[in-house]
Amino acid sequence: MESEGALLNNQREQTSICFKAFMLKNSTKSNLNLYDHFARVLTKVMDERPENVVDVIEDMSHEVKRGLLLDKQSTLRDIPLSAAAQLLAEQQMLLFSRGGSDDGDQEVETPLPNVSEVGFLLEQAGVGLGREEMLKVFLALKQLVNSQPLARCRLWGKILGTEGNYLVAEGEYRDEEEGIHEETAEDAEGEPRDDDEEAEMVEIDTLPRSTFKPPPVVPKEDNRTGVNKFTYFVCREPGLPWMRLPTVTPTQITAARHIRKFFTGRLEAPIVSYPPFPGNEANYLRAQIARISASTQVSPLGFYQFGEEEGEEEEEGARDSFEENPDFEGIPVPEMAESLSTWVHHVQHILQQGRCVWVNLAEKPEDDFEEEADEEVKEEADEPEPEVGPPLLTPLSEDAEITTTPPWSSKMSSTLISQFAVAVLHSNLWPGAYAYASGKKFENIYFGWGLKFAGEVYTPTFPTMPQREYTSGPEITEALDPSLEEEQALKAALEEQKAAQDETGGLGGDEEDDD
Amino acid sequence: MDSNTLYYSLDLVSGSGLTLSSEQKAALQTSLVILKRNNKFNRVLFWGKILGIKGDYFIAQGVSEDEMTDKNSLYSFNCVDWHLLPPATEAMLAEVSAAAKGRFVGDPSHEYEHTEIRRQGEGDEAVEEEVMIKVKEEKRLASTVHTIDKEVSVVPRGAFIKSPHGLVQTNRSFEGLSSLEAGKLSYFLHFTEPQKLKKKSILEMADLNRSIDFLDPLSEDIPKGSWSLQFERGSTVCVIRSMLWLGLTSFHVPMTPQHGYIYMGDGLKNLDLPFML
Repeated sequence: MESEGALLNNQREQTSICFKAFMLKNSTKSNLNLYDHFARVLTKVMDERPENVVDVIEDMSHEVKRGLLLDKQSTLRDIPLSAAAQLLAEQQMLLFSRGGSDDGDQEVETPLPNVSEVGFLLEQAGVGLGREEMLKVFLALKQLVNSQPLARCRLWGKILGTEGNYLVAEGEYRDEEEGIHEETAEDAEGEPRDDDEEAEMVEIDTLPRSTFKPPPVVPKEDNRTGVNKFTYFVCREPGLPWMRLPTVTPTQITAARHIRKFFTGRLEAPIVSYPPFPGNEANYLRAQIARISASTQVSPLGFYQFGEEEGEEEEEGARDSFEENPDFEGIPVPEMAESLSTWVHHVQHILQQGRCVWVNLAEKPEDDFEEEADEEVKEEADEPEPEVGPPLLTPLSEDAEITTTPPWSSKMSSTLISQFAVAVLHSNLWPGAYAYASGKKFENIYFGWGLKFAGEVYTPTFPTMPQREYTSGPEITEALDPSLEEEQALKAALEEQKAAQDETGGLGGDEEDDD
Repeated sequence: MDSNTLYYSLDLVSGSGLTLSSEQKAALQTSLVILKRNNKFNRVLFWGKILGIKGDYFIAQGVSEDEMTDKNSLYSFNCVDWHLLPPATEAMLAEVSAAAKGRFVGDPSHEYEHTEIRRQGEGDEAVEEEVMIKVKEEKRLASTVHTIDKEVSVVPRGAFIKSPHGLVQTNRSFEGLSSLEAGKLSYFLHFTEPQKLKKKSILEMADLNRSIDFLDPLSEDIPKGSWSLQFERGSTVCVIRSMLWLGLTSFHVPMTPQHGYIYMGDGLKNLDLPFML
């Protein structure tokens, strides 16, 4: 009996030893064996005692395996920190270093607005980049002010792009130093749009000349007037250097009105579109900034007033200058949030032409001595109507609706503590444009993609129709070949002529008969 | 994003410009806790904000067992009182896409009307009827939330696992993607039923890990540029923005398990996307 039991035990022992040997066999692929792995996993379970261990046991097993491999490698290699992150951090450290001449700045009027207040009020309005990021942005603005001689500077906003974003600052130069740095992002103005096929100087055949005359180019507005009243600077992240954007031309504004494109985040990226945009992304960005500013920069009614010399009535010219009203008492916030007539635009509207002040292109300055004839011609032809936009400082209640959407939405920032709330305006025409007002303080800002809300789906402009038929001219008009009778009749007539000449002239004739 | 992490995650997605005011944040912190207890949710997520003309909707979602299918959406105007949204059905989605156009108004009982001329009967007996479809804004809200979740919700690869029972659950041993991996769109997945996974060839499927690769990656979306991946805040956060639904931002801090997504926008799909890239 006992020997049988002993034999059975022996057998069991033998099988267990065999099995253990099997488990100790190293895998050919990973050089691990099951026995050690189980031992490690169970040790881990014993140490950690996780909840519902049976459900997560597979994950733990994976982790143990991965942990082994990593251990062997970690002593050989350092994990490299991404270089880009380090560079950016170093540049942002500069933001936090104090300049040398900081002590004198407290008395001199700084061109910066009260940055922390603006950041706080924006946050109350539900708009902003988060406190730390806003602070970094404002420090970058201070860096800009230190490097460029600006009279005034404010944060315009942030435009998002597919690969990178733009932080935009609006500045106004002090009078003297202006336009010295003209080497900004280059205008990639290509050839004028349509075919201008120059006749190739081939001797045999000249290509037909195109009769297309491109419409006259609208001249751009001078610096510090109209659309180019402010200069704009962009940078990708706070701490990186600021780039100045070029001034904008009316053709760029009209082209920007027809296309709908995302920004990529690189200033020199080309804009591939139809109608072709005259410029690269820097120009497109500047054009959109101009359009957004003209539509959505608003201030409380009465904050700005026109200058003192209002006595003279200017005929067509819109008043384009205003100044702060020293007697402005703030409008109570609930009123500002309720009615749109308490807000006014303080940036000039951009006309159809692409400028703020209309320019009559049909005038020809040449041909002075033909003035009378010119005037007659002008009267006959359609004189272009001067384009007029709404004058400066018009209230928002006059803004047009987009299909059925009102152009602005207003609300109070807080309903619980309404005595200290801020009135907030959202633009529905340019989603991303916000304005807030609280007593005497107000600010405009834009955070968005830089695109207008069209109300309906975008349809791209169709290319112009090709010419249907080639213009008729003598070289291509068909002529009938003369028939045999006509040829013979002509020949007979020629021979008669010659015979008549011989009789009269008496020339010894070589009558060459070509038959 | 998870309501527990709201107070710091909100800063990470604020790159788009929209945040919550401090009053709204404070209200959310309290009301979401109460919401979780009342409705017995496992987790409560703050889904985002849809801007309307007269008012904004704040949306929260409560999740029960299965993270992907057991979601209930709620909306509120002041972050304090929450109302349940009806679950979105196919019929509702069809109705809404036909009738509701333009921006959200901000009033959940506002009705969108749309008249359609339908032919009833066949052949000679065809009778034209004018059918008026009316859709309430509440339904439009529910279907928009559902569509956005279906089309553009983003999670990093490995954050969720499919248990052997088929339930989708959070992966408790998710340690985050490395900085290298976080820079590639193929490491981020759509958090809905996969559309393209089954059409992959066996060769491609061989590299996938069944428990974490049960979703479609973002890199296979058409058109190619419909996602924007950037590193923000000094390259510490990886932020992904959708171009198809402007306003959807997803964030992930590499080497940590922090991730989430939020939608702050006007609730309109960007149908012009192919022209804009």
